[in-house]
Amino acid sequence: MAVKKQPKPDEMAYYKHNELLQVDYTPPDIGWMDTLPVDFRPGTWIYPAKAKNLKILDMPNPREWSPTDEDWKLPENWKEIIIKGMAERLEKYRSFKLFMDICVRCGACADKCHFFIGGGDPKNMPVLRAELVRSVYRKYFTFGGKWFGKIAGARELTIDVVKEWFYYLFQCTECRRCSVFCPYGIDTAEVTMIGRELLVEVGCHVNWAIEPVANCFRTGNHMGILPHAYKDMTDFLLEEIEDVTSVKMEADFNRKGAEILFITPSGDIFGDPGIFTFMGYLTLFHYLKDKGLDITWSTYASEGGNFGLFTSHEMIKRLNAKMYAEAKRLGCKWILGGECGHMWRVINQYMDTMNGPADFLEEPVSPITGTKFENAKSTKMVHIAEFTADLIKHNKLELDPSRNDHINVTFHDSCNPSRAMGILEEPRYIIKNVCNNFHEMPENTIREQTFCCGGGAGLGTEEMMEMRLRGGLPRGNAVRYVRDKYGVNRLACICAIDRATLVTVCDYWAPGVEVTGIHEMVANALILDGENKDRKIGFRMEPLKGMEGEE
Amino acid sequence: MRVLFPALAVVVGLIILASLGAALGLDAIFGVLVPYAAFVTFVFGFIYRIVKWAQVPVPFRIPSTCGQHKSFPWLKNRSRIDNPSSWPGVVVRMFLEIFCFRSLFRNTKAEIHYTPFSADPPKVVYGSAKWLWLAGLAFHWSFLLIVVRHYRFFTEPIPWLVQFLESLDGFMQFGVPALYMTDGLILAAVTYLFIRRVVVPQLRYISLPADYFPLFLIFGIVVSGMLMRYITRIDVVGVKELAMGWVTLHPTVPDGIGIMFYIHLLLVSVLLAYFPFSKLMHAGGVFLSPTRNLANNNRVKRHINPWNYPVKVHTYEEYEDEFRDLMKEAGIPVEKE
Repeated sequence: MAVKKQPKPDEMAYYKHNELLQVDYTPPDIGWMDTLPVDFRPGTWIYPAKAKNLKILDMPNPREWSPTDEDWKLPENWKEIIIKGMAERLEKYRSFKLFMDICVRCGACADKCHFFIGGGDPKNMPVLRAELVRSVYRKYFTFGGKWFGKIAGARELTIDVVKEWFYYLFQCTECRRCSVFCPYGIDTAEVTMIGRELLVEVGCHVNWAIEPVANCFRTGNHMGILPHAYKDMTDFLLEEIEDVTSVKMEADFNRKGAEILFITPSGDIFGDPGIFTFMGYLTLFHYLKDKGLDITWSTYASEGGNFGLFTSHEMIKRLNAKMYAEAKRLGCKWILGGECGHMWRVINQYMDTMNGPADFLEEPVSPITGTKFENAKSTKMVHIAEFTADLIKHNKLELDPSRNDHINVTFHDSCNPSRAMGILEEPRYIIKNVCNNFHEMPENTIREQTFCCGGGAGLGTEEMMEMRLRGGLPRGNAVRYVRDKYGVNRLACICAIDRATLVTVCDYWAPGVEVTGIHEMVANALILDGENKDRKIGFRMEPLKGMEGEE
Repeated sequence: MRVLFPALAVVVGLIILASLGAALGLDAIFGVLVPYAAFVTFVFGFIYRIVKWAQVPVPFRIPSTCGQHKSFPWLKNRSRIDNPSSWPGVVVRMFLEIFCFRSLFRNTKAEIHYTPFSADPPKVVYGSAKWLWLAGLAFHWSFLLIVVRHYRFFTEPIPWLVQFLESLDGFMQFGVPALYMTDGLILAAVTYLFIRRVVVPQLRYISLPADYFPLFLIFGIVVSGMLMRYITRIDVVGVKELAMGWVTLHPTVPDGIGIMFYIHLLLVSVLLAYFPFSKLMHAGGVFLSPTRNLANNNRVKRHINPWNYPVKVHTYEEYEDEFRDLMKEAGIPVEKE
């Protein structure tokens, strides 16, 4: 008899539902300052950044180490580095300074965090996560903290505190849900981002964020896909499309003089189900070619996402610079951006400030409808959901939504597009036009109150499995609800990280629901010139409605 | 208890101190010097803190967007207030935040519900949780109205607005002297905020002495004030004389105002002096919060970061130099053949 393989902590099967759901929200008897050191149990932390990646990026203190080691091999003056770094940032970011000062600990944010809801660890209450940093701030930067210490909520910065920061700042997905509920708008993401910057200064970061950053810096994308391979993979997907539709399509790279440069996350060319979204873009662009779309892809700026956001403000800028630089080099008029969450936080809230002004580009105008995208007048970058919604509104797409009748869709608002931009209606408008079965999840779990997938901000890796499943509980639970109530079998989103991480969340909490980008559904509904008369299958090679059973 | 006790001890100590001061006749200190010092500390401290915050730049425009952004005129549900695209929307958003506690109004509570004897997995459910909002609102508005009512001690004649508010506040005509609604409300609200902190385990866990201290202090202020008005009765004419003396900078301390008044006065003085150095500064800070007081118009109007500095990037030239052969082989155009 074959011995059944025991699952490991980085596998979903390791976690039993009934054990994971016994969430105990009662905090321990001893105060939170006295619960150190942190217990680094498998499934709740991420492997540290590898030395070779830190070296590529000229980042401090490259070395081999593990969080479970007693000695983290910090630089000798680690304490001085962190305090100095803190002082510097208190003078550069009003957000940071203010958020260190004005929290009243009302607790409204506590049960807004998906990690707290699914895990119950009190230090995952946003307020306490921020207090981990705030307590150190008080000790070194406030009168009360300096003189009265613990009674004033202050504590010494010790190695154990650094370890605790590492543990909990990488159990925050910077989703900003707590900031929606805070009466003063305190955004834990700001505290996490700056806390992570301080950890960067002493060489403590996670490889799942730093490796993509290093890849992106050198090869242009997080996945580290080299230019010829990027083209090969695209060609492969074009062949897949031809198999499904019988239409031969093309895409070109780094073409000078193209009107529009298209940039999308590389995660979508790499894995299922992102590739179907990628095929959706290719199909849409092919469809529009004869109608006047002049678009090119870039291998140099082949990444829409920006893991710099999960590393440091400086790193955001270093990676993001490629977008404008490439549009300038190619002489494009404006940039179109694909479906991605944190990418759009960067484009909406950082890009123009960091790497603008993009005065060498033109104000974006849709070549098909003539619509001026006035809301992108300065960045010159348009979201593909805006672009496609405008096409549909002007009847420029011939669509057969019944082709998507085999799916029953709900829409997951990704954190950043909803809370750092507000692109809520465009995707819904598109979905309602390309498929007939659409049902919303409960209102406390969508739009600005949407829940994270549990794997954003550099956390979506296998060794983080326990926390991802716990953090995915609120989202998974809402998906399960619409699955049982309306028969939903497809979860749509406009984020590449979601397409990678929500698969796990759905498999675990709402089995039977698959994840999709909206442009996969657009392309499946799109009636193409010269396509085979009765398109039987979708991009997943799945039979379309009414075609089941036919071969 | 270890957290709660120091805060309580300080307030009790202050009450004893005030009583002693009154008993020993240290009027000049507790009736003049301390209030003046407290007032000056409050005004300058408050301004200092605001100026310090305002001096720190806002490098990025990072509003929390809580609704549909401005894109196409034909798209419905555009949220002009929760996702403002220009300053009028921001003004309304800030107004609602500051006067109605709009974000707190959204509050919900999340719980995992287990169904006994059922094979169904537990559910995460979200319930309405408006008590904190209600108590917060009752507390802050009552506090404001009470402060405005106290203006009657500092002016002669008493402005009509103050008189109007007084009559409004006491319109229920309950008891003699008429019970002010704000007195009852603030007492109930402070009690609720305290009990909540002690009873809810998570809140007890995150609470610092700095969270209990203002509650005890304000509780002491409210109770001593109410005792003076409704029970022990003090020499109101004397209090007015003292207050007018402060504002005209000719302070005189009339005899026989009563111990309760000195307790009230010292607690208020401590609150004023403590204010600028504590979490109570959220009153000023909320105006400066970059997630609330900025429009979400980054893609229309460039936001300037005063310390934006050049960073090391990987240029296209470096990229092509590394991959030129591979690119040529794949038929991807290059700059240098």
